[in-house]
Amino acid sequence: MTDIAASPVLRSPAASAALEWIARRAEGFVIPVGALIVGMALFSMFIALLGKSPLQLYDLMWRGGFGSWFSIQNTLSRAAPLLLAALCVALPARLGLVVIGGEGAIVLGGVAAAAMAVAISGAPSAVGIVLMALAGMLAGGIWIGAVGALRHYRAVNETISSLLMAYIAIALMNHLVEGPLRDPASLNKPSTPLIDPAFVVGPIPGMDVHWGLVVGIVACVMSWVLIEKTRWGFAARIAGGNVRAAQVQGLAVGPLIVGFCALAGAFAGLAGMLEVAAVQGNANGSLAAGYGYSGILVAFLARHNPLAIIPVAILLGGIEASGGLLQRRMDLPDATVQVLQGMIFIVILFSETLYGRFRMFNPDLWKRDV
Amino acid sequence: MTNRFMISRRQLLKTSAAGAALGIASSALPFRSAFAAGVTVGFIYVGPKDDYGYNQAHAEGAAMLKGMDGVTVVEEENVPETVDVQKTMESMISLDGASLVFPTSFGYFDPHMLAMAAKFPEVQFRHCGGMWTEGKHPTNTGSYFGYIGQGQYLNGIAAGHATKTKKIGFVAAKPIPQVLLNINSFLLGARSVDPSITCQVIFTGEWSLAVKEAEATNALIDQGVDVVTCHVDSPKVVVETAAGRGAFICGYHANQSPLAPEKYLTGAEWNWANVYKMYVEKLVAGEALPNFTRGGLADGFVKMSPLGPAVPDAGRAQFEATLAEIMKGGFSVIKGPLKNNKGDVVAADGQAFAETAIELESMDYLVEGVVGSTS
Amino acid sequence: METTDIGLWGVPLAILGGAIRVSTPFIFVSLGEAITERSGRINLGLEGILVFGAMSAYAVAVMTGSPWLGVVAAAGAGACFGLFHGWICKFPKVNDIAIGIALMLFGSGLAFFFGKPFIQPSAPDLPAIPLGWWSSVPQVQAALNVNVLFLIGAALAVFLWWAFRNTRAGLIVRVVGDSSDAARAMGLNPNTVRLLATGVGGALAAIGGAYLSLYYPGSWSEGVSSGQGLMAVALVIFARWNPIGCFAAALLFGGAGALGPALQSVGVTQGYYLFYAAPYILTLIIMIATSSPGRSLAGAPGELSITK
Repeated sequence: MTDIAASPVLRSPAASAALEWIARRAEGFVIPVGALIVGMALFSMFIALLGKSPLQLYDLMWRGGFGSWFSIQNTLSRAAPLLLAALCVALPARLGLVVIGGEGAIVLGGVAAAAMAVAISGAPSAVGIVLMALAGMLAGGIWIGAVGALRHYRAVNETISSLLMAYIAIALMNHLVEGPLRDPASLNKPSTPLIDPAFVVGPIPGMDVHWGLVVGIVACVMSWVLIEKTRWGFAARIAGGNVRAAQVQGLAVGPLIVGFCALAGAFAGLAGMLEVAAVQGNANGSLAAGYGYSGILVAFLARHNPLAIIPVAILLGGIEASGGLLQRRMDLPDATVQVLQGMIFIVILFSETLYGRFRMFNPDLWKRDV
Repeated sequence: MTNRFMISRRQLLKTSAAGAALGIASSALPFRSAFAAGVTVGFIYVGPKDDYGYNQAHAEGAAMLKGMDGVTVVEEENVPETVDVQKTMESMISLDGASLVFPTSFGYFDPHMLAMAAKFPEVQFRHCGGMWTEGKHPTNTGSYFGYIGQGQYLNGIAAGHATKTKKIGFVAAKPIPQVLLNINSFLLGARSVDPSITCQVIFTGEWSLAVKEAEATNALIDQGVDVVTCHVDSPKVVVETAAGRGAFICGYHANQSPLAPEKYLTGAEWNWANVYKMYVEKLVAGEALPNFTRGGLADGFVKMSPLGPAVPDAGRAQFEATLAEIMKGGFSVIKGPLKNNKGDVVAADGQAFAETAIELESMDYLVEGVVGSTS
Repeated sequence: METTDIGLWGVPLAILGGAIRVSTPFIFVSLGEAITERSGRINLGLEGILVFGAMSAYAVAVMTGSPWLGVVAAAGAGACFGLFHGWICKFPKVNDIAIGIALMLFGSGLAFFFGKPFIQPSAPDLPAIPLGWWSSVPQVQAALNVNVLFLIGAALAVFLWWAFRNTRAGLIVRVVGDSSDAARAMGLNPNTVRLLATGVGGALAAIGGAYLSLYYPGSWSEGVSSGQGLMAVALVIFARWNPIGCFAAALLFGGAGALGPALQSVGVTQGYYLFYAAPYILTLIIMIATSSPGRSLAGAPGELSITK
């Protein structure tokens, strides 16, 4: 390796600068992709042991997840709710908080948005959609914001409180949807009244994926800017590293924690609102579809980096999208996809230990005058 | 349509050894032109295919089609009632060439199946439940359902003869019309034996929640209930828990008698094979599929499990007589004078709602004698 | 079947019976996790291990006809999963929480994958001891029909409570959990201790799963667990890493869970969803009431990532 790095061609100023630039970034790409390949290879051994063809498996996974325009849209549709759900975990994680109850904010956001839609039925389309989104974000924000407040002001562990509150939120949602907010005409599937058709969030033009995908990507980018480029993000990172150091520096840790949690919950609430406005058309029990729990995994795989959430969510969406084909064509049980996800994710998470272990990713190696 | 269908069939043959095992008939048959070669039918289940209950009943119906010439069955289980099911339908249509899709869970209908029906007007969709309405829903969609309340009425007769405490129990998922009709039918069946019988109901709130179903069963038996039935997706837990406590059981969805042969009285089972066969035969023959299909015991949509050893002779006699009556058609379980359990009249003297009555499909009450409330 | 009309007494009786019947998985999972967390690691994957334990116990019981062999098989499988978690987390930069979440997916995925053929057959149940023999009321007898695993769990809680204070092994686990540096100074290898602690934790969690499939509700299905494994991990924090506290928290949780069906059976039928949320609401209220910024997490192992 040293020999190559020392070769005259690579010592030229331009090449050296370019290689340094590449080395600085390549690690974060090569390691996870390598891990993905290893994970898939392990899974193909598992499949081969069961007497099925790994090649057919990969063929079907490619075709089911990415191989055609239909498959890509299928993947993106499944990825869309995961983006916002993952932010609900990633943002508090910057402060060192492990929030695992995003599911609660999603279902309450959905119910709040549906209730708002009923209240303002007949309003202009844009007003209705904005108010529904605000209602969903407010409900989700209050829910997870409360988790942050309990953590800071009462020292209640946020992991357990958010989990408990997720179960409570689902019970509350069921109670409201089957009780006070139920549309009497929803006979065998209890739900709130259908939202005004003007408030329906439609598909992205030319695609079969609703606007939630764009909203999710924008939210990820905004979160990245917040964390990386603003003083709040900077303060949050300090507080996440050491609360006392942050307090010594005069940072208002309390508002910071509550604010980040509330924002995280607002994103999850927005995911719930989009489920109602773009998919279900009303609030019903299917709001608790487990997106909040998938979001935990996405956030941890993305190492709580909002930009990395986007490819990870798409990967997860792609695997899920291909699950149906595996069931139908290879006669594999539906749990195959879960096993595959588990294997891949364990390998990817394990691969984090490799960061900094390979010399070729060390930018100093490629510097001119080392 | 024809073109895409052929391509996808060829892909299927090329890539799917397992698919052939699943019953792609053409592995044995010469490759003929698209429609003559057969049809692909998709089934979507909300839970596991072998749950001893709702999904298993459908999967058993689907399994009957696999033997039919030129019929390919594709199935997916554990599909949630979200955008997932839309994508599953779309995938079955675009990638497998399905020309008839059966989304079998209630929650698949609106908006998911309707959205796909609008997108694929040439594909037929038939949904299990009572939701299709003429003029309101597209003509390439439809509903099928069975009058299983009759089966619960017969369950009630068996229960009425078996109970000593005069208290029978019902573990139910959610207070929706189909469940309420089953509860009411069960009690009315029992009251046809002894009008002093009451039925205690416990709602678990979810279609599948093992521990809560077991707790509900125990709570019923603690209150003196000695015959239990249920309406949840998978009755296995309720059946085993009740039998473990020494109570009698009436089954639901599928035949659960192997789980507790001594304690099992009878059960109301679906018989979807007939229904699915009818649809697929029409499809193969190129006939129009009916949009609205209903039937009960007489039509072979519903059947009863064989009576268990614990049913006394008097019970057997009444059960058989009532069954024969029902088989003639026009039998009314809900008939006046009848009050709900809040004291309001729901059927006046002389008023009768036959199984086909549309009023039954929006039932929102529990009849007098049922202990429980609808919200 | 003889019965006695017990009316409203059914509610406290159901809470007692529910506490005994429903709590056992929580007891085992939370005791296992208490050992793991006391050593300074957190394994969120116990839900997956519990589900795999439920499946493997049921499968082995079906095949051999012996429920106890099923429990042993589950414990072995759970130990493997636990050791795997412990091994993989010893590498630097590998996040134990994240691995746990992936393990949750992997364990339950494998359980569902291999569990399909065992949904239909019936397995023999674990035996129960009729501690209600003194009563003539059948409902009391039923409530006090106590499974052996519950008694083992209770004894284990007391033993662990004692062992953490009074045995060398307990001391080692606590030292490693409080400070890796101090442990190394004492000549201990923190990774080995944590590996073993996570292995034991996995085995106990899988026994909790075996209870689900072999006793209550007593059958294997994909819905056999409704999150007991995840909740039990949370209960450890609630119990402040005290084994007796874990036992009490599990009883509280089981008893509160029985409230919903019991109230409906005596005619309190409105708003049952809210009664079903009782265990969660109650736990949250107690958490809020007993926490304060001053003495936040007394008893928290110093090396535990989730409470740092």
